[in-house]
Amino acid sequence: MLHRSRFIAAAVASFLLAAPAAQAETPADTLIQAYTLDEIISLDPAEVFEFMPSEVIGNSYETLIGYDPADVTKVFGKVAESWTVSEDGKTISFTIRQGRQFASGNPITADDVVFSLVRAVKLDKSPAFILTQFGFTPDNVEAQIVKTGDYSFDLKMDNSYAPSLVLYCLTATVAAVVDKKLAMEHEVNGDFGYEWLKTGYAGSGPFVIREWRPNEVLVLERNDNYSGDAPALVRSIYRHVPESATQRLLLEQGDVDIARNLSPEDLAALASNPDIAVQSGVKGSLYYMGLNQKNENLAKPEVREAMKYLVDYQAIADTILKGGAKVHQAFLPEGFLGAVNDTPYSLDVAKAKELLAAAGLPDGFTVKMSVRNSGEFAAIAEAIQQTMAQGGVMLELIPGDSSQNLTEYRARQHDIFFGQWGPDYQDPHTNADTFARNTDNSDEAASKPLAWRNSWPAEELSKETAAAMLERDADKRAAMYTELQKKVMADGPFIIMFQQTENVALRANVKGFVVGPSFNDNSFIGVTKE
Amino acid sequence: MTLSSETPEGRGSALPAFLWKAAKIAASVALTLLGLLLVTFLIGRVVPVDPVLSVVGDRASKSTYDRVFLELGLDKPLWQQFWIYLKNVLSGDLGESFLTKRPIAEDLIRVFPATLELATVGLLIGTVLGIPLGVLAAVKQGKLADQVVRVIGLVGYSAPIFWLGLLGLLVFYARLGWVAGPGRVDITYEYDFTVKTGIMLWDTATQGRWEAFRNVVSHLILPAMLLGYFSMAYISRMTRSFMLQELAQEYITAARVKGVPEGRVIWVHALKNAAVPLVTVVALFYANLLEGSVLTETVFAWPGLGMYLTNSLQNADMNAVLGGTLLIGLCFVGLNLFSDLLYSLLDPRVRRRR
Repeated sequence: MLHRSRFIAAAVASFLLAAPAAQAETPADTLIQAYTLDEIISLDPAEVFEFMPSEVIGNSYETLIGYDPADVTKVFGKVAESWTVSEDGKTISFTIRQGRQFASGNPITADDVVFSLVRAVKLDKSPAFILTQFGFTPDNVEAQIVKTGDYSFDLKMDNSYAPSLVLYCLTATVAAVVDKKLAMEHEVNGDFGYEWLKTGYAGSGPFVIREWRPNEVLVLERNDNYSGDAPALVRSIYRHVPESATQRLLLEQGDVDIARNLSPEDLAALASNPDIAVQSGVKGSLYYMGLNQKNENLAKPEVREAMKYLVDYQAIADTILKGGAKVHQAFLPEGFLGAVNDTPYSLDVAKAKELLAAAGLPDGFTVKMSVRNSGEFAAIAEAIQQTMAQGGVMLELIPGDSSQNLTEYRARQHDIFFGQWGPDYQDPHTNADTFARNTDNSDEAASKPLAWRNSWPAEELSKETAAAMLERDADKRAAMYTELQKKVMADGPFIIMFQQTENVALRANVKGFVVGPSFNDNSFIGVTKE
Repeated sequence: MTLSSETPEGRGSALPAFLWKAAKIAASVALTLLGLLLVTFLIGRVVPVDPVLSVVGDRASKSTYDRVFLELGLDKPLWQQFWIYLKNVLSGDLGESFLTKRPIAEDLIRVFPATLELATVGLLIGTVLGIPLGVLAAVKQGKLADQVVRVIGLVGYSAPIFWLGLLGLLVFYARLGWVAGPGRVDITYEYDFTVKTGIMLWDTATQGRWEAFRNVVSHLILPAMLLGYFSMAYISRMTRSFMLQELAQEYITAARVKGVPEGRVIWVHALKNAAVPLVTVVALFYANLLEGSVLTETVFAWPGLGMYLTNSLQNADMNAVLGGTLLIGLCFVGLNLFSDLLYSLLDPRVRRRR
């Protein structure tokens, strides 16, 4: 008896001691990234809208139109070969490249492209507005987007929009080309294969989505039917690792090749590690405060201006965001047509006090600010609270979950909202449409742009925004957006502070990863491991 | 032949009595679960989070928003929403999660085994270490050994699990390389075996994938030790106090006077009696672990129930929250029944009373 238990104990001990250490390198043909995957709620391009999944779509589907991530003004056809704009500017005729195929082996034809666009409009999921803003509705879309040949189709809009606006919207993931035949094989009750595609795949991109286990792993494999240059990687895997410190350990140990969500502290700690490289890309997301004009103090123009002088922009960028963002004060991010990159505001307590006195508030006032209780938001809010107090504006911070804050914001129940806004596509209209448009300031308004959420009636600006949307001369259009930004910057209820930079930490042997201006431009297609 | 149950009279009433008891248990279980669902449902609807926003996001047009609002049935009165949900649950449909776009049942089947495996191994470690330590502390009350056990327990009680987890990873994974890192299995072994039960120890062992099995153990050992340490801290304290009670009883003095060896007095006489309340303590602690430890799962990138529920709750994915709550409720009820059963096995008085 004793003998046997000793034997078992010895066996267990030897087994545990022999358990392999985790120093194994990741396989050479596989890229493994640590990422927070809880943003993925669908894999159907007609529905995908969040940052992380749009990167997945960007690497696995193809859009009609693309642009050079290094210079977004260089627009070119991907699935489309060429296009012409009609005299009246309302119709764009596209020609599709021939001889290309989906991962399934089905050929890519005009049928598929028309199907994909019509499908997105009819399904009417979150990103559908990117297409419907051109006058498409579920009822009329089949008459507006029509096939004219096996490899050609017409896009008929309700107005003569700036062609660049239309083209940029067609680079968005909502316009990705879906394999009609494959999707329709899985159609149930006229859902265009949505039930199936939300966890499935029907694209033609360099990678195929093989498996998605929520909050666990997402696996992509090389698409052997891809028409472009074949990727060197056979497999690309995202692992859900929610904690920054854990991502860092995995990266340092070589158990992942790339860590995507490192905190500024963890990134700083990796700077001296020769095995790790950091790649950065300026993203379009802006950190801003929204001042609700229903609050009588915030509604005073002098108060709005004063508060813009009560933020220590540079200090927050340097000490809290540490390379995760840079100071930016206009509503168009740097890199966009017409973007204003001047930063006229900096911490100036004396000037702010003067303005507050002029507003009849020499002793300042107290106001609530709703803040997301995660990541860098709390730290930034506290820094803002400190400098605001110097001018007499006492902020009462209300921490909350991001979805809770958003619910409150959209109901206009906040005083000050502190959060982020990212553009939906690379055309300036995307942000002008929300920061500088509010045609109905009533509580029942159908549309809830940021100007509405802050109860800021922007009648004149709305007209200018609408006009800029139609301007076909690029230089004139740029000037119009510059004008709009300056007006919002001077008088608007927004304190725009920073533009986000995405930092990606990679093992030094990983080459060819691209950090693009938008998340669907982030690409591992050209990645090799040396 | 004098046992009462052997009389015709006793035999006649035995079956209905048993049925009556089973029905009583079933009714109380059903009522408990119903109450649990109702409270969770109401809390979910009171939380100031708009579930539609979690589905359509911030940018969707009004038509999209309105459509989803109707799809989720949010236009109906609360009681009606609950009634519909209840009817679906009774017909075996837990609904669909709008975060994962899958049936809740499928989600739970995927995430629960991860938590079950971790919690079970953790509890085993905690019990195997905690009970002897508790006995030791009780026997050596006030002496050095007692103090040491108390300090170990105190650290287990008060140190944040998040911090201990990271420290553990830093030392045993990053520095020493003794264990594998966060996650359940290395990517290399990920497709080496078929996930059948989701209990990876079982899946790898039954398929004879011993390399993968070792890798799974290597991943599991650190978080399990961590949970084990926490259970040990609790179990050892409870054992100590139960043992002190028993050791002060007269039957112990009587046994000692009779000359029963001290080892037998402690491990057989006292512990056997202390075991009765201890079973409940351990069972309830196990149920606690099965809820999933969000922080442990976060640090160790462990795709379990805790992480799933937290994520669902934050996004007001109420179907998922309700489904998870139901599962946890079942665990609690099941373990309670199990400990009752063990009670009657361990304690002849309880057995007879029944």
